[in-house]
Amino acid sequence: MDLWKRYIPVLFLLALVVAVQLITHFTETSYYLTQLTMSAYYSVVVIGLCVLMGYGGQISLGHAGFFAIGGYLAGALTTHSLLPIKSHGLVAFLHKIGLLVASKDLYGGDLLTVEPWAACIVAVFTAGIIALAIGGPVLKLKGHYLAMATLGFGIIIFRIALASAYFGEADGISGVPSFKLLPGLEVSGSFGARVLNYYIAWMVVIMGIILLLNLIHSRVGRALRSIHGAEEAANAMGVNTARYKLYIFVLSAVFAALAGVLVTHYNGGIGPSEAGVMKSVRYVAIVAVGGMANLWGALIMGIVLNFLSLRGVFGSYDDAVFGVILIVIMLFAPEGILNINPWQRLKSLFSLLAAKPGENTTE
Amino acid sequence: MALLEIDNLNRHFGGLHAVNNVSFSVEQGMIKAVIGPNGAGKTTLFNLIAGNLPANSGTVNFNSTKINGRKPYQIARLGISRTYQNIKLFHGMTALENVMLGRHIRSKAGFMAGMLNLPWTWPEEKQIKDRSMEYLDLLGVADCADIEVSNLAFGQQRGVEFARALATEPTLLLLDEPAAGLNIYETAEIGRLISKIRESGITILLVEHDMSLVMDISDEIVVLSFGEKIAEDLPHNIQQNEEVIRIYLGYEDV
Ligand SMILES: Nc1ncnc2c1ncn2[C@@H]1O[C@H](COP(=O)(O)OP(=O)(O)OP(=O)(O)O)[C@@H](O)[C@H]1O
Ligand SMILES: [Mg+2]
Repeated sequence: MDLWKRYIPVLFLLALVVAVQLITHFTETSYYLTQLTMSAYYSVVVIGLCVLMGYGGQISLGHAGFFAIGGYLAGALTTHSLLPIKSHGLVAFLHKIGLLVASKDLYGGDLLTVEPWAACIVAVFTAGIIALAIGGPVLKLKGHYLAMATLGFGIIIFRIALASAYFGEADGISGVPSFKLLPGLEVSGSFGARVLNYYIAWMVVIMGIILLLNLIHSRVGRALRSIHGAEEAANAMGVNTARYKLYIFVLSAVFAALAGVLVTHYNGGIGPSEAGVMKSVRYVAIVAVGGMANLWGALIMGIVLNFLSLRGVFGSYDDAVFGVILIVIMLFAPEGILNINPWQRLKSLFSLLAAKPGENTTE
Repeated sequence: MALLEIDNLNRHFGGLHAVNNVSFSVEQGMIKAVIGPNGAGKTTLFNLIAGNLPANSGTVNFNSTKINGRKPYQIARLGISRTYQNIKLFHGMTALENVMLGRHIRSKAGFMAGMLNLPWTWPEEKQIKDRSMEYLDLLGVADCADIEVSNLAFGQQRGVEFARALATEPTLLLLDEPAAGLNIYETAEIGRLISKIRESGITILLVEHDMSLVMDISDEIVVLSFGEKIAEDLPHNIQQNEEVIRIYLGYEDV
């Protein structure tokens, strides 16, 4: 059945994930796992954005903002101690129903913080609500205007992170505790948990990609793709295009926020650079290289490029590299690099340049 | 009560009065044609009915409910489906997937059910697929099912678009020049198909330049010129109408 065709690549991915881990184990290069774990989490942002851009046809230059909302909220809630306001009714209530945990800070001082699961839910939920609130008006915009509005949103989040003492200003938040998903399954950056966390991250990616693959092959997914294909005709088929665009925007924001939460627990902190505009550009660039409407392309590129970037291959040109990638893709391979015919593209580009101004060029 | 009633409908584009005080009605079960020279306002009229353009004044009643002012997707759900003069298919999707979109309002799996691929959506999904194949088959383009629509020939694209409109199981079908760009055999085929669709109970409002097709299949004809309705009659009366002949002279053989 079709279902097999959909899930076989997932099985391949699973096998690859295991194979890579085994290779790093036997070649004693397991330090790579740290970057692979990080890349996996960033790829969760990328695949969510891919569905929004490639299938829903909406651009967002503000996804680092959603990532930051997730990461910062989870970070702040699980680190800032509520002891000073312990007697407040709400705090006491949360404590009573077990949503707060007591712990000790680095110097042995007592802490009372929000339990990571609760913080995660609050963080992701908040990102979803914000996406819902801004998505309504913003998604009425098209093309450049949508890009500018989401860019503006991203900048606001970045400035808030930088300006607010609660979010640690330029230093960001550190000392974020680990996140116990299940007994024995803990998102943490501690050395001993490296292999386990590699698998946790990849399980998240695999679950994410299964959900998104299902979605794009479902009734709602077809409707989303049809909006991209011809919005007017989609409407004429009874598709409430505005609502579906909003759904997918919220979904991709939730993916970004979840990645933010997990990365923050994994790294033990988050800083303002995660909220920066260049991060958003990076996510868009990766989706573009992957081929826009290509979940697997986005995933592969998300892993490869983030891994190279985290390894420091691009040096201090890191951000510039992603800017250049975006420009090059737009010029030479709007279909992504996994399915181009470079020669033909070059020819059509030259014919475009050679054409006299005002003359119509067809490709 | 007629199925579709258009009453004193007006639409301006700047100084251009594209639809000028047009009134007519379409009875349940008939094939009604709208003809007129290029720029007469036929497509604009369709856009007003389907909700793609707001009217400046006047009303469109469908099944005795006022539908102008509603959104296109709401109008579609009431049972009006359409094809476009310049074909509007969903690019990046196969012919089958295009037609499956036509089943959107006839199915209900939601966002979460789709994402989790819940088993109860499987029979529905299969049914959507099977029904869509039937419509592709009806239009003679079943062999294109798995081809991405940009790669189809023009006539095949027309067929897919027609199948998609039918797949919504409309009460009223709006066809904007369904025979444009087709050869005489394909045109005759489309004519037979339209008659057959009407026999299945679907009411049809048709814009068409091919006069022999229009005269062959329609029960009544409305003639528009510069946005105004200048005649509404049975086909053989339209053929003899002095004013209609004058308007069409030098434009196309009647
Ligand atoms: N969106 C629009 N904005 C401005 N003018 C428009 C618009 N749509 C149509 N018009 C103008 O309204 C007039 C009627 O156009 P319409 O497309 O309805 O004609 P038509 O009868 O369908 O012609 P054809 O036989 O060529 O399809 C034309 O003069 C056209 O230029
Ligand atoms: Mg027209």
